Amino acid sequence: MEPLILCSHVNYTYHTLQGETPALCDIHFHVNEGEFVSIVGPSGCGKSTLLSLLCGLLSPESGTVKFKGEIVSDKNRCQIGYMLQHDHLFEWRSVRKNILLGLEIQKKLSEESLLEAEHLLKLYGLYPFKDAKPSQLSGGMRQRAALIRTLLLHPDLLLLDEPFSALDYQTRLKVCDDIGSIIRKTKKTAILVTHDLSEAVSLGDRIIVLTPLPACIKKIIATDFPKDLSPLERRNTNEFKEYFNQIWKELNPYEP
Amino acid sequence: MNHDSLSAAQIAYLKSYRFHKIKILLYRTGILLLFLALWEISARMKWIDDFIFSSPSKLFLCFYHMTKENSLFWHIGITLFETLVSFFLVMALSLLITILLWYSKSLTETLDPYLVVLNSLPKSALAPLLIVWLGANYKTIILTGVSVAIFGTVLNLYTGFHEVDDEKIKLIQTLGGTKSHQLFKVILPANLANLISLMKSNIGLCLVGVIIGEFIAAKCGLGYLIIYGSQVFKLDWVILSIFILCLIAMALYACIRILEKKYLKQG
Repeated sequence: MEPLILCSHVNYTYHTLQGETPALCDIHFHVNEGEFVSIVGPSGCGKSTLLSLLCGLLSPESGTVKFKGEIVSDKNRCQIGYMLQHDHLFEWRSVRKNILLGLEIQKKLSEESLLEAEHLLKLYGLYPFKDAKPSQLSGGMRQRAALIRTLLLHPDLLLLDEPFSALDYQTRLKVCDDIGSIIRKTKKTAILVTHDLSEAVSLGDRIIVLTPLPACIKKIIATDFPKDLSPLERRNTNEFKEYFNQIWKELNPYEP
Repeated sequence: MNHDSLSAAQIAYLKSYRFHKIKILLYRTGILLLFLALWEISARMKWIDDFIFSSPSKLFLCFYHMTKENSLFWHIGITLFETLVSFFLVMALSLLITILLWYSKSLTETLDPYLVVLNSLPKSALAPLLIVWLGANYKTIILTGVSVAIFGTVLNLYTGFHEVDDEKIKLIQTLGGTKSHQLFKVILPANLANLISLMKSNIGLCLVGVIIGEFIAAKCGLGYLIIYGSQVFKLDWVILSIFILCLIAMALYACIRILEKKYLKQG
C-alpha cells in the first residue's frame, strides 16, 4: 500500500548572514492512511520546520516530500490541514466567520458546507457561541473552533503543531482528549508535533523521536494499546508508562 | 435603563459618574467663558490694544458682517474642500504605496532611505517650489497638504503591516491562501485601528499643510484671509480665521471619532 505521505531523506538548512544552521538531517519516514503519528523532540529541534516541509510551506534542500505519490506543492496543499500552536482566531470575525475562513479562501462556501459548519458547531458545543467574538471563548473552545476550521476543509492529512501547548494543564488534558477522540472517530490521518511526551504517547500509533538540532530520526516506536481507548484512558495503562520511559531514555540517554 | 432593578450602590455609582461628567463639562466651558470675558474686559478697559488683540465683541461683529457678505463661508468652504481632498488623497495614496511596499521587499529596501529623508524634510520648504511648478492655485495647496502627511503615514502603516503576527500569515498559507488573501483577510483588518488612528492625526496635518499652502499660493481660503488680514492690519480677520480653524479642526476630528466608535462597536 502506498503511504499517504512519504518524507524521503529530507535535509533542510537555515541560511542567515551569521552563517548556516542545519535544521533537519536525513529525515526519512512515512505515514499510512488512518494512522496517527506523533513526533517528539527537544524544544527548538526543528519539529515545526518539519511540518512546514510536510505541507509544502518550505521546500527541502535535498530529498522529497510526497503526498499521495506526488511532490507536495501549492496544488495539493489544500488536502493537508494544519493546526498551529495558537488558534489564531481573528478577533474581527465572529466564531462562525472564523471557522468559515478556509472555505472562503478555497472558494468552497456552499449551502452544504454552511450546514456542515452548523452541524460541527453543534457537535462540539460551540453553537451557542457562533456569533460571539473569539475573546469570549475559553482556551479549549477556541482550539475546538480552530479544529472545526481545519476539519471543514476535509483534509486527507492533519498536521498538528503543538496545538495544546498554549493551554493550561487541565484544559490541555481535556482538549487533547477531545481532539484526539474527534480525529480517531473521523478516521483522519494525523501527524502531531509536540515536546510533551505524555501527549505524544497518549495520541500516537507511532512515535518518531528526534535528536536535538540538527534533527535526525533517533527512533520510531510503534505503540500497541488496547483498542478503543481514549487518549485520557491510555494514560492509565501500564503500556503508557513503558512507552513514556522508553522515549524519555531516548531523549535523555545520559540520565539514570 | 430601569433604575428599579439596580442596587443602591449601582445607582450611587451612576450618579457620581454623571456628576463627574457634568463637572468636567462645566470646567471646560468655564475656562472658555472666563477667557472670553477676561479678553473683552481687558479690551474695554484699554488694558490691551483692541486694534492689535481685537476682542470677542469685535470678532462677533466681524463674523456678522462677513457672513452677511457671504465671503466668510466661501473662505471656509475652500479651506475645508482643500483639506478634505488632501486628506482623502493622503489616505488612499498611503494605503496604495504601503500595499506595494508590503508586496515587494526589494521595493521597500530600495525606497526606505528616500521615505525617511522625505518624511524628515520640512514640507513648507517645498511649497515655494510647488508654486513655480504648478502655479498659484488649489493644486499647489492640495499637494502641500498631501506632502505634509503622506510620508509619515506610509512609514507608520508599513510598520503596522509588518507587526502582524507571522503565524497569522502562516495560517492563511496553510489554508491555501494567496498574498491577496493575506492582505484582505489579515493585514488590512488587523490594521484597521491603526488606520483610524492615522486618520485622526492626518486630518489635522492636512489642515496644517493646506494653511501653509494658502499662505503662499491662495487667493481665497482661511490661510489667505490670515495672511492678507495681517498685511492690511485687519487683525479681526486674522483672529476670527484662527478661531474658525480651531472649530474646523475640532469638527473634523469629531467626525473621525464617530467613525472610530462605529468601528469599535463592530470590533
